[in-house]
Amino acid sequence: MDFLTFIQILDSTVRLATPLLLACLAGLFSERAGIFDIGLEGKMLAAAMFSAAAAAVSGNVWIGLAAGIGASLFLSAIHGLASITFRGNQLISGVAINFLAAGVTVLVAQDWFQQGGRTPQLQGAARFEGFDLPFAEALGSVPIFGPTYAELVSGHSILVYIALFAVPATWFVLYRTRFGLRLRAVGENPAAVDTAGVSVVGLRYAAVAICGVLCGIAGAYLATALQAGFVKDMTAGRGFIALAALIFAKWRPWTALWTCLLFGFLQAIALRYQNIELGPVTLPVQLMDALPYILVVIILAGVGGKAIPPRAGGEPYVKER
Amino acid sequence: MDVMPKWAEVILVPLISLILAAILSALVILAIGEDPVAAVNLMVTGALGSTYGWGYTLYYATNFMFTGLAVAVAFHAGLFNIGGEGQAMLGGLGVALICLFIPWPHWSIALIAAVMASAVFGAAWAALPAYLQAKRGSHIVITTIMFNFIAAAVLNYMLVNVLRPPRSMDPSTARFPEAVHLPSLHDMLTPLGISFSKSAPANISLVIAIVACVLVWLLIWRTPLGLEIRSFGKSGRAARYAGIGSVRITMIAMLISGALAGAMAINNVMGEAERLVLNAVEGAGFIGIAVALMGRSHPFGVFLAAILFGFLYQGGAELALWTDIPRELIVVIQALVILFTGALDNMVRMPLERLFLAARKTGA
Repeated sequence: MDFLTFIQILDSTVRLATPLLLACLAGLFSERAGIFDIGLEGKMLAAAMFSAAAAAVSGNVWIGLAAGIGASLFLSAIHGLASITFRGNQLISGVAINFLAAGVTVLVAQDWFQQGGRTPQLQGAARFEGFDLPFAEALGSVPIFGPTYAELVSGHSILVYIALFAVPATWFVLYRTRFGLRLRAVGENPAAVDTAGVSVVGLRYAAVAICGVLCGIAGAYLATALQAGFVKDMTAGRGFIALAALIFAKWRPWTALWTCLLFGFLQAIALRYQNIELGPVTLPVQLMDALPYILVVIILAGVGGKAIPPRAGGEPYVKER
Repeated sequence: MDVMPKWAEVILVPLISLILAAILSALVILAIGEDPVAAVNLMVTGALGSTYGWGYTLYYATNFMFTGLAVAVAFHAGLFNIGGEGQAMLGGLGVALICLFIPWPHWSIALIAAVMASAVFGAAWAALPAYLQAKRGSHIVITTIMFNFIAAAVLNYMLVNVLRPPRSMDPSTARFPEAVHLPSLHDMLTPLGISFSKSAPANISLVIAIVACVLVWLLIWRTPLGLEIRSFGKSGRAARYAGIGSVRITMIAMLISGALAGAMAINNVMGEAERLVLNAVEGAGFIGIAVALMGRSHPFGVFLAAILFGFLYQGGAELALWTDIPRELIVVIQALVILFTGALDNMVRMPLERLFLAARKTGA
């Protein structure tokens, strides 16, 4: 494998890791506040469809992004209503949201565009184009560094940089602000937060809303940057890979970045090579597809330290009477 | 003390949830510019208006009975098995292996072997998540989701690289031999003088699914093991105090659950397709969640809910055929049923409880 191929694989690693990273951080906010969210997939899917539709109709990708975030927030509100206000089962609510998105996106896309459940191809200003960092062209001729900078660091859509920026931002919010301290506390011991006079319900709704916004960006990235339009079921399990990454990263933002890059790398390899030959053994492509899930099961089996979720995760909070 | 009488708990709450889901579904149909009343009419004639329609409705219902029972048994133990999809995929693999590689003299012997093979494969696929839950406390929902994806990869590998006949492009196994062909409802009912559509896929697996409903009822409510499962599901700590081992119950409940989901393969793989294809399960594992929730985890409720969803599936296919309403409408209805009967259960229950409390106060 020559240097340029290697850079290209890393480049597509970054592209493929971006939606995983955004969804993973989304799940991180929600689960750190004690609300399990297996509906990341559905929220991304809804955001993908509504962002592509709004961008196609308006011709402006930013309106698309706003519509995607709106759709995702709507599903977040349902999840919040079910799991915070009505103290229902958060996992069942997540399952329902995934199916709701899977069905509604196709129904609406078919009704609006009559193209078999897809949206029209996006072009020009209706799409997030690559974004060249300064001097990318000028430095392109410098050996090693030039192509690395021009191909790998520069030339991504703005959402990729937003996703990367979201990692330190998440870290800062969670570990350096009062809001973050309370948010983490509400996922570990909501009764203590309540005793301190802080609203458990308010904090959890805030966390679920942040989760919705990040999933919305992730979905919009899929439909308006990575690809040019929505197709049925286009998230293809990314929400669940993000969930896997979240556990793999043990609910921590920086580890989440490395995990998502690793999983993105696996996807990039699987996309480029059908089978990988390592001397006498040939790894089938199906193994590469399943590897993120297998890795998580191994982690959950307790290899490499125990993955302990937030203690109050999944349990509705009932105020003491 | 129960606030509500039993009939309200068992009938009224699910009924109100179902009505809410139906109203929202009607609104969705209106929103995409179609007529809900005409749609329901078309669904009823398409799914229940002929023995052909019934044949498909019952075929789907058979699948959903197996997966619904699988989710229900796990629910009784307080476990949420989302892995029915993967367990049913592996069950299909088990059925395909024994149908293809063993020369069976008669379908009846093959069917017994197929039930066992599919159940063993399904249970095996549930075993590791169950073990991780019981021993390491890893959340069963997460592990079973992961195992669904791993199952899809395993099946893909087996069909593309191992079981695909030479010169075939299709990722599927060869056709099963004629000897393992299961009798359809047409074959079974004609000797009794009842004419039933010849081309509908409902087959003898339906009888096995109904037997499974009865067996699960016996297990859960009429055996010591069932009592242990239910006590463990109600309160793990209390059950441990009573000497019920959590590892043992978790393992047993999940193995039974996986076996039930796997056994679905006798219907869709052996009974209908008569070969194993990539997308054999078609989401039936997930519909089992909706079926179990609606049926309140009771085998008879599961039976009724499975037939309702069979009707929705066949009716939805007819809608997609004759109108502009895509098949995904059924996915939306399924989502709304899960939402209202599962996640938003308290939304219906809390006002009702208040109503019953008020009624009791004025009555007393």
